[in-house]
Amino acid sequence: MAAISDVNPFVQPPKGDNDFARVTDNVSRIAEVNRPPRAWYIAFGISTSLLGLFGISVAYLFWEGIGIWGNMNPSYWGFPIVNFVFWVGIGHAGTLISAILYLMRQTWRTAINRFAEAMTIFAVICAAVFPGLHVGRPWLPYWMFPIPNQMQMWPQFRSPLEWDVFAVGTYATVSLLFWYMGMIPDLATFRDRSTSPLRRALYGAFAMGWRGSSRQWHRYERAYLLLAALATPLVLSVHSVVSFDFATSQMPGWHTTIFPPYFVAGAIFGGFAMVVTLAVPARQFFGLKRIITINHLELMSKIILATGMMVGYAYGMEFFIAWYSGSAYEGFALLNRAVGPFAWSYWAMIFCNVVTPQVFWFKSMRRNVWVIFFVGVLVNIGMWFERFVIIVTSGSRDFLPASWGYFIPTAWDFATLAGSFGLFFTLFLLFCRYLPMVAMAEVKAFVPAAHASGDHH
Amino acid sequence: MADKKKDSDQTEHAEGEAPLHGLLAEYDSTAALIAASKKVRDAGFEKWDTYTPFPVHGIDGAMGIKMTKLPWIVLGAAITGLTTAILMQWWMNAVDYKYIISGKPFWSIPASVPIYFELTVLFSAFAALGGMLALNNLPLPSHPLDLKERFAKVTDDKFFLMIQAADAKFDERETRALLEGTHPTVLDVVLEDRTSPSKLPTGLVYGLLIVATASLIPFAFIAKARFAKSEKTRVHVVGDMDWQLKFQAQQAHPFFADGRAERPEIPETVAVGHLREDDHLFRGKEQDTWARTFPTSIEPSADALERGKEKFGVYCAPCHGFAGDGDGPISVRAQELAEGTWVPPTNVHQDYLRQMPVGQLFDTVTHGIRNMAGYGQLIEPEDRWKIVMYLRALQRSRQTSVDDVPEAERGALK
Repeated sequence: MAAISDVNPFVQPPKGDNDFARVTDNVSRIAEVNRPPRAWYIAFGISTSLLGLFGISVAYLFWEGIGIWGNMNPSYWGFPIVNFVFWVGIGHAGTLISAILYLMRQTWRTAINRFAEAMTIFAVICAAVFPGLHVGRPWLPYWMFPIPNQMQMWPQFRSPLEWDVFAVGTYATVSLLFWYMGMIPDLATFRDRSTSPLRRALYGAFAMGWRGSSRQWHRYERAYLLLAALATPLVLSVHSVVSFDFATSQMPGWHTTIFPPYFVAGAIFGGFAMVVTLAVPARQFFGLKRIITINHLELMSKIILATGMMVGYAYGMEFFIAWYSGSAYEGFALLNRAVGPFAWSYWAMIFCNVVTPQVFWFKSMRRNVWVIFFVGVLVNIGMWFERFVIIVTSGSRDFLPASWGYFIPTAWDFATLAGSFGLFFTLFLLFCRYLPMVAMAEVKAFVPAAHASGDHH
Repeated sequence: MADKKKDSDQTEHAEGEAPLHGLLAEYDSTAALIAASKKVRDAGFEKWDTYTPFPVHGIDGAMGIKMTKLPWIVLGAAITGLTTAILMQWWMNAVDYKYIISGKPFWSIPASVPIYFELTVLFSAFAALGGMLALNNLPLPSHPLDLKERFAKVTDDKFFLMIQAADAKFDERETRALLEGTHPTVLDVVLEDRTSPSKLPTGLVYGLLIVATASLIPFAFIAKARFAKSEKTRVHVVGDMDWQLKFQAQQAHPFFADGRAERPEIPETVAVGHLREDDHLFRGKEQDTWARTFPTSIEPSADALERGKEKFGVYCAPCHGFAGDGDGPISVRAQELAEGTWVPPTNVHQDYLRQMPVGQLFDTVTHGIRNMAGYGQLIEPEDRWKIVMYLRALQRSRQTSVDDVPEAERGALK
């Protein structure tokens, strides 16, 4: 037998004599096989290499200072904040799927919510890294928190940057709680199926002694509903608060009231694009096609199309308002985006975010995994460029022509960006390997046999 | 099914000693479980439960489960979170550490709303998860059901119902008959768990207590630092603010030919605003002798005297005293210490100072004399002249007669 089996262990149909058992086996065996498929090893190798690059970039940054990046007068925000907003945006889809679709009783969410939530948490981790690095003295970010320190100072709560600390911090915490609570019953399944004492102890510790009591399920479901109701406004608030960083400033191109809804729509758009980018290979390699069906991918494609149109509308409305307001600076800032020195990034954004999703008007395209995957990748690129366009073009052409400049990223900028993808995918692949990728208990609740009594409300 | 029942009867006898915990019935479908639950509910049992791999639709009604009080706990947490956010922002930014930012009020509702919202949600989310776990008695490390190998299927595809022997209505024979009437696939007895330890090992408990206590030590140091005074410089873990990569005065510099980091003024040049040609105004001299008049730009007025008084109070009074008698607080303190090194400051009411030309007084303020330092670097020339003017007024105040008062107001003095 080869060191790594060439045969994907997940191609066989799952074991079990009823639908519930088959769902259990289909999901649990992914974490139970000794050797995951070769694709997992290849992906993990690439991801950990990039994670190493991230470690080197951050170590060099700590040693040398943020001068290694291209942030320079007048564009101080540069890549770190572009990456921060990009990753926070990615992190929106998970909780949207978990919370908003739950409140809307969209039962198809059960197939994808768990790994979308995991994606959210890992994306928020990647996001949180960047402002911490960007403050210039990365050992001092604790100044942002209201903790008593030896300097007798407190944070300044009237600043949108401080609101960000609370918004992103709360979002990360609530997403983690939501993710963990949803996983408790599935961790109990892993515990009960485990054959080794170590697995039993570890999964058992995190399952907290869950035994599926109906009296417990009653409180559990109520808690889940409450968390969903709490997380729903939270999802909408996080990117709104991030957009305040820009909208409450006076910079032309930033100082607009459309920013909060525009940022939220863009975040959902980018987040769903990342979900399909991950879902297409994951269902392929882990044998989850029976659970994450092509119908799920089609529904997500529709959401991408809808949110893509909203984002396109926002791009158009920005131009309209710039003209309608009669503000010379606003008009210049927008024209500068489309025809100025960074026009290439603007048109890359328009192509990826507005043009490519239009293929989803066709059903055949919505049901073609290759098309879905590539549109997902392009939308991710486009959404990164959107933040680049907002941050860099406005920053490099402010009120004083004397201080104008051109932003040139350095190799370390790219290394840190690539490294953050390494961090994200390493965490995601470890999650696929060791934790329940699909919310088994929730999926079981919606298989037809769960309602065999004819008990439909 | 009859065979299975016999099996379970045998296991009951084999296990013997441990007391009975309850009767466990297993079902294949949610429909069978719901039907059984309704019967058990109607029989009036209280200490019983069903166990399922997923939340079964309709089981709450079938079991008669009452609405949990969890939402009220979460509401309480939400109100706590909101209150915390309001008090925190108000106290930290408007009371304990006021700082002025863009002319905004120290505390106002609009700028505080985002954090009200975030902390409300944060506290509520912790209460939702924590409250759910607490009400459910989780974490629960061991349970008598864990001894049943078959029960592991509860997180997979099987449905269970257990009535506890502790229930007031429990009677082994009657309850068994009741459960048999619900047609379970398996009916089994559950015995009390006597093998799993019911407490954590003592060593672990003490270890955790020690770790918990030790984790408070850094916070104790921070608290101490906040309320104690220290003469030592502040600790910086990374000292890049204390030792900056820059050249300071008196340091060597490898780049310049003379090796000095401090650059001399370039010969034959004058910085903008530093020409200072007017000898009278800038040096207090007229044709190389001390000026006896004030420069024309310094006109005597109540405003000029007020300005002179203010600057005199800042720069001169600490040593010379507010009335110029040489009894400022620094001098008084130095004489109390009686270290023998103190040269007492001059009393400005002495005759030779009354007769000294104003230009020379101006020069003394600018460059200092004996132990007195020069204040030319700190005080603008116009203000130095106003100090001198105020000094003249102070001197005059000790040598006045009724003739100095305007005739119209002399009546008020009598």
